[in-house]
Amino acid sequence: MAEESMTGRDDEQVVNPWEVTAKDGGKIDYDKLIEKFGCQRLEESLVQRVERLTGRPAHVFLRRGVFFAHRDFNEILDVYERGEKFFLYTGRGPSSEALHLGHLVPFMFTKYLQDAFKVPLVIQLTDDEKCMWKNLTVEESKRLARENAKDIIACGFDITRTFIFSDFSYVGGAFYENMVKVAKCVTFNKVVGIFGFTNEDHIGKISFPPVQAVPSFPSSFPHIFSGKDNLRCLIPCAIDQDPYFRMTRDVAPRIGYQKPALIESSFFPALQGETGKMSASDPNSAIYVTDSSKDIKNKVNKYAFSGGQDSIENHRKYGANLEVDIPVKYLSFFLEDDAKLDHIKKEYGAGRMLTGEVKKCLIEVLSEMVERHCKARALVTDEVVDAFMAVRPLPYMFS
Amino acid sequence: MGYTKDQLLARLKELQIDFLCYDHPPVLTVEAQAKEVGHLGGALSKNLLLKDKKQRFYVVSALADTNVDLKVLSQRLGLGKGGLRMAPEEALQELLQVPLGCVTPFALINDSASCVSLLLDQGFKASPSCYFHPLTNEVTISLNASSLDKFLVSIGRQPSYVDLEANPVVGKDNPPDLADLVPSGVTTPSDTIANTVTSAPTEKVVEKDVLPAKKSVNHPASGDAKSRAVLPKKVDKVQRSIDPLAEATDIEKLVKEILNKTSTALLTEVTKELNDTQIRPSVVDVASRRVSSDLEHMIMSLKNAAYTQGFHAGLQTTLRPNLSSQK
Repeated sequence: MAEESMTGRDDEQVVNPWEVTAKDGGKIDYDKLIEKFGCQRLEESLVQRVERLTGRPAHVFLRRGVFFAHRDFNEILDVYERGEKFFLYTGRGPSSEALHLGHLVPFMFTKYLQDAFKVPLVIQLTDDEKCMWKNLTVEESKRLARENAKDIIACGFDITRTFIFSDFSYVGGAFYENMVKVAKCVTFNKVVGIFGFTNEDHIGKISFPPVQAVPSFPSSFPHIFSGKDNLRCLIPCAIDQDPYFRMTRDVAPRIGYQKPALIESSFFPALQGETGKMSASDPNSAIYVTDSSKDIKNKVNKYAFSGGQDSIENHRKYGANLEVDIPVKYLSFFLEDDAKLDHIKKEYGAGRMLTGEVKKCLIEVLSEMVERHCKARALVTDEVVDAFMAVRPLPYMFS
Repeated sequence: MGYTKDQLLARLKELQIDFLCYDHPPVLTVEAQAKEVGHLGGALSKNLLLKDKKQRFYVVSALADTNVDLKVLSQRLGLGKGGLRMAPEEALQELLQVPLGCVTPFALINDSASCVSLLLDQGFKASPSCYFHPLTNEVTISLNASSLDKFLVSIGRQPSYVDLEANPVVGKDNPPDLADLVPSGVTTPSDTIANTVTSAPTEKVVEKDVLPAKKSVNHPASGDAKSRAVLPKKVDKVQRSIDPLAEATDIEKLVKEILNKTSTALLTEVTKELNDTQIRPSVVDVASRRVSSDLEHMIMSLKNAAYTQGFHAGLQTTLRPNLSSQK
């Protein structure tokens, strides 16, 4: 079947759920990505509309363009404005115990969406996926799922409107029925085209995509959404997950379901720079939620790629290169105060502020964040995880 | 799932509330109702379902000849000038679960109306019999204000009588006198309020309730997340122990921490303020902004912990029924 390959793999950058590489060791071209994937830019007007509808300032990630692309987000806002509801769906592949700040980004944003719109949320932990792709044992992937759940919960989700589930525990019943419905609509050729599977890939991988697709449908969760078959779904995720949901959106109308909407984020840069790779094997490539303030200080000072000039004289003369400077990039993610960030960018870009000062600011911001996360994490016991993961109704999910 | 007329009347009888009941063909307006029961001498009511810009709803029940000026009412509720409008038809079904032409204080018996605020014309107090629809517009019941109060109290509401024709000045030194009646959360009955002032009415509202276009649903007011620290409403005293959940639900400790952080942040900002040359926003604002993220996280942890404790308690109860206090 002659079909344009949507794996995002051309001679240039590669963006799919299992691989993200820029062209020639450069930066990811997001405009090209949007064009290739066929999603929409998140315009400023939408951000303002969100502020109006929710009656509060938009989240930092929206203001700074971290979440920059979407599919049908405007429709979700229409639905909300009419007084109808929607639900949120996001997830994580629990491949490692250590979570870094980049992992938290979609969850921080999802928490904001939950609080701002007062809607329920389902969080999928794809332990089966990691078991298959990372060749973990079933027990290990289940264990990692629970451990990751604790960090996710520590982001501040509201237990009265959040359901967390792991595939190994939850797949079955209505969820599985939907998986079969979806699977029937996607040919082998199609998944090869979308995900780049080959004849050598085992059948577990090839049959996995429906698992990530069906949480977009309310009927997959009869204990929560029974009778609400038309409830719309909004999926906040990183843009590399787009292929799953392109497939889902294609299938949905054919099985009588609503298409899920998406709101997508760009990638969180590694400490060593956009071109560097964040990898679990290199602890210095990212700030982990288990890092102490000392670790953070050390990592930022030593490894955060600076856009400053090589000497103070040059720096005062030419200013910093804000395009590649990691501390400024990180601050644009995590420094809430718009005025303060603008000030830093201005002064640093002009060479009046030195790298050390910018790094100091970043260390402060990150330390506070990580400390707060740690405190919250300590309060997430196994009982709390059990409660979040219990198959229970959520009677106050819209209040 | 809404209550029926028969269920309502049965409830009134249970509560030993005196009322009289008149059947007639369905009526959609006060005029039509007047034709059916007006000659009996009681006070007809006109009932409006209103909504504000933040999706909060109000039933305003007034004597038929009281002038209800929505603009004045809006200001008195603290909603600004034009903050109140007639609610759309769908809200009737969804919240009050009554048909068109049937808005009535009695609709508040439904759980779906729990967040709807009720304003009653103080003129009802003066009349020995007031006419309302008992969830259908084919019947009118007549009862006095204290009987109505008895009913309202039985469903957990505090009756609020208001001089609906009053037109007090609302401004900096005169806060909106009906602000208490704005629904604040999920299930808050309006507080009792007494007030009077002079007046000058304008708008006459003819129809009994509501009509057009937009669909709208119950959206209880969303508070500002970033404003002052919000103390949890429930105050449970919990035993101290090494269990982290118990620590999280330790309110005294939480409050101490809140105050501690707030004052430390305040002091730091004040000191900085004195040394810094740049203009800064008010110290308290900055300080509370610094603290609010932490506080929110803490309180969310509290909420989750409390829920978890309850959840497991519930689980235990169902797993070991012979130990529970049932029967």
